[in-house]
Amino acid sequence: MKVVAKRPESLYYKKFHYCPGCTHGIIHRIIAECIDEMELREKTIGVCPVGCGVLAYEYFNCDMLEAAHGRAPAIATGIKRMLQDNFVFTYQGDGDLASIGMAEIVHASARGENITVIFINNTIYGMTGGQMAPTTLIGQVTTTSPYGRRPELTGYPIRMAELLATNEGSAYICRTSVHNPAHVLKTKKAIKKAIQTQMEKKGFSMVEILSTCPTNWGMNPIEALERVEREMIPYFPLGEFKVKE
Amino acid sequence: MEKVLMKGNEALAEGALRAGCKAYFGYPITPSSEIAEYMARKLPDSDGVFLQAESEIAAINMVYGAASTGARVMTASSGPGISLKQEGISYIAEAELPCLIINISRGGPGLGGIQPAQSDYFQATRGGGHGDYHVMVLAPASVQEMMDFAIEGFELADKYRIPVMIMAEGTLGQMMEPIILREPVTKFYDKPWATTGCKGRKPNVITTLHLPPEELEQRNKHLKNKYDEIKSKEKRAEAFMVEDAELVLVAFGLMSRVAKKAVIEARKNGIKAGLIRPITLWPFPDQHIIEAAETAKIFVSLEINMGQMVEDIKLALNGRAKADFYGRIGVIPNPEEITKVVFGIAEREGL
Amino acid sequence: MAEKQVLFAGFGGQGVLSMGQFLTHAALSAGKHVSWVPSYGAEMRGGTANCLVTISDEEISSPVTENPLMAVILNRPSLDKFENKIKPNGTLVVNSSLVDREPERDDLKILKIPVNKLADELGNPRGANMILLGAYMEKTQVVEVERTLEYFDVIFKGKKEEIIQKNKEAFLAGIEYARRHW
Repeated sequence: MKVVAKRPESLYYKKFHYCPGCTHGIIHRIIAECIDEMELREKTIGVCPVGCGVLAYEYFNCDMLEAAHGRAPAIATGIKRMLQDNFVFTYQGDGDLASIGMAEIVHASARGENITVIFINNTIYGMTGGQMAPTTLIGQVTTTSPYGRRPELTGYPIRMAELLATNEGSAYICRTSVHNPAHVLKTKKAIKKAIQTQMEKKGFSMVEILSTCPTNWGMNPIEALERVEREMIPYFPLGEFKVKE
Repeated sequence: MEKVLMKGNEALAEGALRAGCKAYFGYPITPSSEIAEYMARKLPDSDGVFLQAESEIAAINMVYGAASTGARVMTASSGPGISLKQEGISYIAEAELPCLIINISRGGPGLGGIQPAQSDYFQATRGGGHGDYHVMVLAPASVQEMMDFAIEGFELADKYRIPVMIMAEGTLGQMMEPIILREPVTKFYDKPWATTGCKGRKPNVITTLHLPPEELEQRNKHLKNKYDEIKSKEKRAEAFMVEDAELVLVAFGLMSRVAKKAVIEARKNGIKAGLIRPITLWPFPDQHIIEAAETAKIFVSLEINMGQMVEDIKLALNGRAKADFYGRIGVIPNPEEITKVVFGIAEREGL
Repeated sequence: MAEKQVLFAGFGGQGVLSMGQFLTHAALSAGKHVSWVPSYGAEMRGGTANCLVTISDEEISSPVTENPLMAVILNRPSLDKFENKIKPNGTLVVNSSLVDREPERDDLKILKIPVNKLADELGNPRGANMILLGAYMEKTQVVEVERTLEYFDVIFKGKKEEIIQKNKEAFLAGIEYARRHW
């Protein structure tokens, strides 16, 4: 009998703690599939963020670490510099990566650090209960922008992929989405390309993935997926921003 | 044996290399930068990694990452930079990652100055960051010890899975003395917990998150047991002329050498003085204090700060004898000044 | 030999720290216990630099002092800063080329030498510090100067032969001056 679908070996048989409609689970799965298909599980070391992904080490069946808030790229740097042939990735949200960890991510990219960053952009702090993130869109209501984000007060959402693409050390920078099956497949392709970039020692790679937070957005899962397409993609365009040959 | 002249900072760096240090992550700050500069020159020779980080915070997290692979790694800084590193040190202590952290200390608070101080005693001996933890703290008093303690520091770090801090006044980092270059003989420890890729074993996880309260308490108890073991085995101090001493000076680092000279002067003048020099600041060598209190009526803590170690002396004495304090900041007082202080206290106390 | 401490002080760039290091190396070569403690940091970047050398036959207890018995002064600001810190009946060696005032204390022994002038005459303006060191060491014999001459190659290991020779010439000129004038 031919196996047409199975749980990837790089994921434990464990139920995710994520909210219904949240896309973390999909993204975990496609990362695990990529690791499996590229036969990297035994060489993989992952670094988790502080945020909803803080417990990702309970799901990935490979060596994992948990970082302080925003510091995952620095920790990944330390690991990768010691183990240059291993596959090292970080999994970070927008508060972790684009706010408190801005220095670490920009410099890891500038150094051309041979690591892969999976960046989950859902325009909000999920774990702490729906506060404003550096990626929160103009007008978006959060618990700390209760009247909607106003640029005169808090400026504008940061486009990380575009920003990091300007760094010479960045070898592969891409933004994708997982709001429908076609984009899930595209995201998987992008992650594979990012991993490939690292294994070929070309430099820093990041896939920014537009994600949902139905709970803190106050939407049902379908509405949340629709919001990604309707509101997020126009501000955070999808595509490859840097591909070093 | 042939001796070579070296700066304290360079001797420390050379000691670290001889202990098998594989990586240095740091950020420049006076008066510690010679350590980074020495490592930048020498680490490539041994296929090691030198990386100047974008910040002290990044540097200590790179140490976290590199230490998690089981390699011997280190960072060095001074007061303001050590403050920034405290976040990472708290995580490293909880994750039980062995590493070496150097504080070539200067005066604070704030930006303070660059001149020598021991003002970071509390920060070093009480953990320094958030949560219930300790780092082991070694206080060298000579350039030779800068090298020796770097080697020993890595061994202690591996043995107990604990960050080890070497704290030395800025002057000790900057000054030159002849030293014997130690043979690179050092004990290595197995590190089955390291995250190196899970080939041939179950995956390893290094985390400091413990959400269930009973799990968190168990972790803290585990750490406390380890700290208790270190306290029972690793307290170190040098005692000088304390057997019959009525007045005991307590000083660490370079300051202890000044104090020693004052003890000799005091003895010449008929004052029964002695010196206890804590070598481990944490764990604090309280037993040495308690034993000296059998003859001593007063202990005088000499510090290059406004009075920090004196609290540990009082805790150790627990009322057995009096404790006094004399301190300066930004300058290592000269032996004549300390001798005068000793004479003054001896006269006041009728010794 | 009892413990001897000497302070070298001048502008950063006058070779103050390297004078002290040379003496430290020489004393180590002669089998003494030594230490060298510099001023460091911001002080070096702008104004005066100084270092304290301690030489002893026994282990050195305190490598620091605020009040040395002897100081080698290369410029006026250093005289202003350190004159009152020298121990009673101590000695000051003064670069009279750059120090344009007399020391005020009358208990100190003053040894003057116009080192910049002598260095210019020698055609080696950068050798001023070695001239001063030669004179100081000849006078004090804190390390025998004859033996010190043998240590040049060790101390300057890795330096060009021409540089070593120039330093040696300057050092000898200092010895010569001390023999004639002090």
